[in-house]
Amino acid sequence: MDNSKMGKHISSQFDVELKGVRNSVLSMGGEVEKQLADAIRAIKESDHELADKVLSNDRKINAFELDIDNACTQLIAKRQPTASDLRQVIATFKTIADLERIGDETKRIAGVAKETFSSEQQHLLASLENLGQLVLNMLRMVLNAFARMDAEEALEVHQSDQGIDRQYEAMLRQLMTYMMEDPRSIPKIMDVVFSARSLERIGDRCQNIAEYVIYNVHGKDVRHTSVETMQDTVRKPRA
Amino acid sequence: MTQAQANPATTVTARNVEVFYGDTQAIKGIDLDVHTNEVLSFIGPSGCGKSTFLRCLNRMNDTIAGCRVTGSIELDGKDIYHPSVDEVLLRARVGMVFQKPNPFPKSIYDNIAYGPKLHGLVERKPELDDIVESSLRRAGLWEEVKDRLHAPGTGLSGGQQQRLCIARTIAVSPEVILMDEPCSALDPIATGIIEELIHDLKEKFTIVIVTHNMQQAARVSDRTAFFHLGDLVEVSPTDELFTNPKNKRTEDYITGRYG
Ligand SMILES: Nc1ncnc2c1ncn2[C@@H]1O[C@H](COP(=O)(O)OP(=O)(O)OP(=O)(O)O)[C@@H](O)[C@H]1O
Ligand SMILES: [Mg+2]
Repeated sequence: MDNSKMGKHISSQFDVELKGVRNSVLSMGGEVEKQLADAIRAIKESDHELADKVLSNDRKINAFELDIDNACTQLIAKRQPTASDLRQVIATFKTIADLERIGDETKRIAGVAKETFSSEQQHLLASLENLGQLVLNMLRMVLNAFARMDAEEALEVHQSDQGIDRQYEAMLRQLMTYMMEDPRSIPKIMDVVFSARSLERIGDRCQNIAEYVIYNVHGKDVRHTSVETMQDTVRKPRA
Repeated sequence: MTQAQANPATTVTARNVEVFYGDTQAIKGIDLDVHTNEVLSFIGPSGCGKSTFLRCLNRMNDTIAGCRVTGSIELDGKDIYHPSVDEVLLRARVGMVFQKPNPFPKSIYDNIAYGPKLHGLVERKPELDDIVESSLRRAGLWEEVKDRLHAPGTGLSGGQQQRLCIARTIAVSPEVILMDEPCSALDPIATGIIEELIHDLKEKFTIVIVTHNMQQAARVSDRTAFFHLGDLVEVSPTDELFTNPKNKRTEDYITGRYG
């Protein structure tokens, strides 16, 4: 059930606190999204300055995580939330942990953006950027789903991860061929491999967040379940 | 779901129960099964009929002038409102613990011995001694009072008095124990002791407890029933009711929202 569409609490302060937590998660999500966009642009444009900015900005995301963690802990201690309120707090705890990790992966990508690639190697960066745009799009979608607590949209995001996995595997095969053709390029290509791996992991974390959204809305934990179960959960009308 | 969960043994079966105080209807067509050896809690806003419905289960409402109960309530498959049923015996089988501890103005020993003597459950003093001791032990009070069994029960602390009342209730070996806000006059420590006790008691007894403390319902009960304006809105496993209630009215109530 979407908390925002429900009546107000008898304790208006409780409403203020819940809303505050929700807004902070959205701000944190916005920050993480910007970091990833910058990291991808830094790779594409070989912009070392921008890469440095991404690296130093990660502190902001860590601070967000600590703040929201603390706010959720206070909420539990003071309000003993139940039902949809409880689920919102739990989903928030988990979401911010995944967002923080997405921040860490982004830092790794920015690290690669600081490397210098030869002109023959530019096409490697282009395929990395492609994958990056897909993942960035997935992150945007899942943050939207979280903001609106839209389980349908979350389900869509969840399924879009397949596309990213396919692209990632195709890219690995391609990189493998380059490595075999030109062993001297291996160190640089490995950097690209690690970045691609980071992007693929960000996709997995977006999938996690999508699962928390479904949990929050429908009260059912859909982790480690089949696609069919997930679809049934999301499409089943609620009492 | 296992078969046992799908078809649990039932101790109390209530069907289409309605209660009126004069012309005012307090309970509206409630169907409810109480499962054997479960702790079932009743929650809901003040005046929704929790106590009224609880009192139906051992015919306590009969003592209230102008109160009329319709529908059927069976204990182990037998109608408790049948004319042949002896209410005093029924209340031994379905005991009750109240909000305020209410020991008799007698010794601790006599508080417990009263019921078994009344119902002729014992013949000789040693047997009675045994019942007093085992009841006090089961209520977790024995160690605290064994050296002053002949001191007045009213001289105990509130939490001890409440355990004395529980001991008195179980001394007659009931099947069901009804508790109406048994901890609302107790501090958190005494409350914790009673909650622990409820957990132990369910091995032998079936327990129905009314509570205004939702955390308490969440802690002690297997299932929770939510009442609202005389309706039974939802009865669900406690784990589910507090994380994912089925009904919007339940959700609004337990999350503290305006209805
Ligand atoms: N003896 C009585 N005579 C007349 N009306 C009564 C009597 N007892 C209860 N009622 C009415 O029946 C309704 C249900 O009352 P009941 O005491 O069962 O509610 P409750 O859920 O136990 O409330 P609380 O949580 O405040 O104890 C209320 O409207 C109440 O005013
Ligand atoms: Mg009451």
